[in-house]
Amino acid sequence: MEKHWLVRPKTIRLLWIAMYAVLAVTVLLQIVFHVHGEFGVDEAFGFNAWYGLGACALMVVGAKILGTAIKRKDNYYD
Amino acid sequence: MISAVPPGLILIAGAGLIPFVGPTTRKALALILPVLALLAMWATGPDGGAIWSAPFLGYDVLPVFYSSIGILFATVFAIMAFGGALFALRSAKPTEMAAAFLYAGSAIGVALAGDFITVFVFWEIMAIGSTLVVWSGGTDAARRAGLRYALIHFFGGVVLMIGLIGHVDQTGSVAFGAVALDTWAQWLMLGGFLINAGAWPMSSWIPDAYPEASPAGTVFLSAFTTKTAVFVLWVAFPGTEALIYVGLFMVFYGIIYALLENDMRRILAYSIVNQVGFMVTGIGIGTEMALNGAAAHAFAHIIYKGLLLMSAGSVLYMTGRRKCTDLGGLFQSMPITATCGIIGALAISAFPLTSGFVSKSMISQSAADQHLMWVWLLLTAASAGVFLHAGIKFPWFVFFQKDSGLRPPDPPWTMRAAMILFAALCLAIGIFPRPLYALLPFPVEFVPYTGSHVVAQLQLLLFSGLAFFLLLPLMKRTLTISLDVDWLYRRAAPAAIAWFSRDLRDLIDGVLGGTREQIGSIVDSLARYHGPAGLLARTLPTGRAVFWVLVILAAFLVFNFS
Repeated sequence: MEKHWLVRPKTIRLLWIAMYAVLAVTVLLQIVFHVHGEFGVDEAFGFNAWYGLGACALMVVGAKILGTAIKRKDNYYD
Repeated sequence: MISAVPPGLILIAGAGLIPFVGPTTRKALALILPVLALLAMWATGPDGGAIWSAPFLGYDVLPVFYSSIGILFATVFAIMAFGGALFALRSAKPTEMAAAFLYAGSAIGVALAGDFITVFVFWEIMAIGSTLVVWSGGTDAARRAGLRYALIHFFGGVVLMIGLIGHVDQTGSVAFGAVALDTWAQWLMLGGFLINAGAWPMSSWIPDAYPEASPAGTVFLSAFTTKTAVFVLWVAFPGTEALIYVGLFMVFYGIIYALLENDMRRILAYSIVNQVGFMVTGIGIGTEMALNGAAAHAFAHIIYKGLLLMSAGSVLYMTGRRKCTDLGGLFQSMPITATCGIIGALAISAFPLTSGFVSKSMISQSAADQHLMWVWLLLTAASAGVFLHAGIKFPWFVFFQKDSGLRPPDPPWTMRAAMILFAALCLAIGIFPRPLYALLPFPVEFVPYTGSHVVAQLQLLLFSGLAFFLLLPLMKRTLTISLDVDWLYRRAAPAAIAWFSRDLRDLIDGVLGGTREQIGSIVDSLARYHGPAGLLARTLPTGRAVFWVLVILAAFLVFNFS
């Protein structure tokens, strides 16, 4: 049976390209729509982009580290 | 005419009827009662004041009181009862449906309460109704989790009651309104409310109990307990600074645990803590915009979280599986479930054109307006984290990722209809926020759709999406759970008790493993001391009792002599 079109490697490569294009556009849109900030730093170019990316990376790594201490087999309480 | 009927009692009375009528009447009742409740409250409308008051123990109680904030919560509770009933129509047992209506009706009762006595009575009925919903899951795990759930909520009820009694004693008033946090009684009230809100450290009851209910039961559970807690905090403790920190902690706790979780319904349960954290933070900030934001976010949240759990519930109902490690690729055969789940996921992430975008941004904006830079930075980071743990993780691992080979169809039409209805509401609120804003207690001057705000939010969310896919190798699912605070009462406390009662265990082992003679000698020694003529079974002579009374009286006189 042929794979669903959405999960074929060719589609996935196209999706990655599309995603990078959309990401670039959302950052460039900031030139047209000036982002108003309250604190200065939030008016830095692409603030929400790099801040969001960085915050997510921290949370994932943080969760991973915490997980080494608190993860148990899922029948732990049985 | 109908305006004189208390809306909450319509559902509670219905709960009493549901188990005793035939299946057709039951289904009709389940769909009609929430509509009747809505009609009853909207016949009077917001700011209608007390429609019912009565003296009780010397206090004026107002069992039905229409305020704008109460109407807002009661309305969304009734909408949820309707959507939940539609989703549950096919699968729920009569007793489960009745429990759900008892639960929903008492939540509406809290939202329309005008005094603390009424709040407390409905608060406790809610604990009973919700415990019955958990137990309706029907498994052994549900029975045990339901018991733990009940213990926590009745403990919270006791804390709340002590606080309330102290508060009423100190102020002489049972009026349900803003309370100054200046004595121990009010701190206890706050504690009682926060236990139901799922504030850390009393938050692990949510992921412990909710996922053990039936697919439909979890949908009901997600809506009422934590949001009535948000409601009472909103009314009683607006602008309490401590709530900012409590809320922010909940926000990140929810994200981190949801990131570690493998069970799709536990991911969503942790994300309830996360979302309630946003609301609690808003209540803590306490400006008009923050309070509007918290109220609007609660309204939006009930609908999109209901939708997410319906989507997860449909998957569980059709496949019998709930672990991400067992799922994947379901978008191919469950397109409606997947689409609705994705809409819910976008709404929870506050994507433009969805309900979360027009509600959550008010809370963040209020932090910025108050120049609370760290609060704003943390809320923004958390918004990115929501997209990570609920916005992408849930749909990705359930509907996409590796193909599990499962090809179940979409669920029966009633379940599909409930999902489509709630998905439509998520989009409608996001695209036309005015009707929701009109319901809010304070005038809304906030405009969500500015180019600047949309661009900022898209950057934040889309780059969180990039982070997700780049870090996917770190997020590989494992067959694990993560220890939470409930470990203390599920493992540590029983182990400690067992350790301290080693002697008792030795005795039990001796009895169980002893010979007839050994057991006989234990029985004899028990009979010698505790039997009818035993030393320890004798009543004390009256004279000795009088002697001890005299000793106590003398001691009392000595210590009070001054």
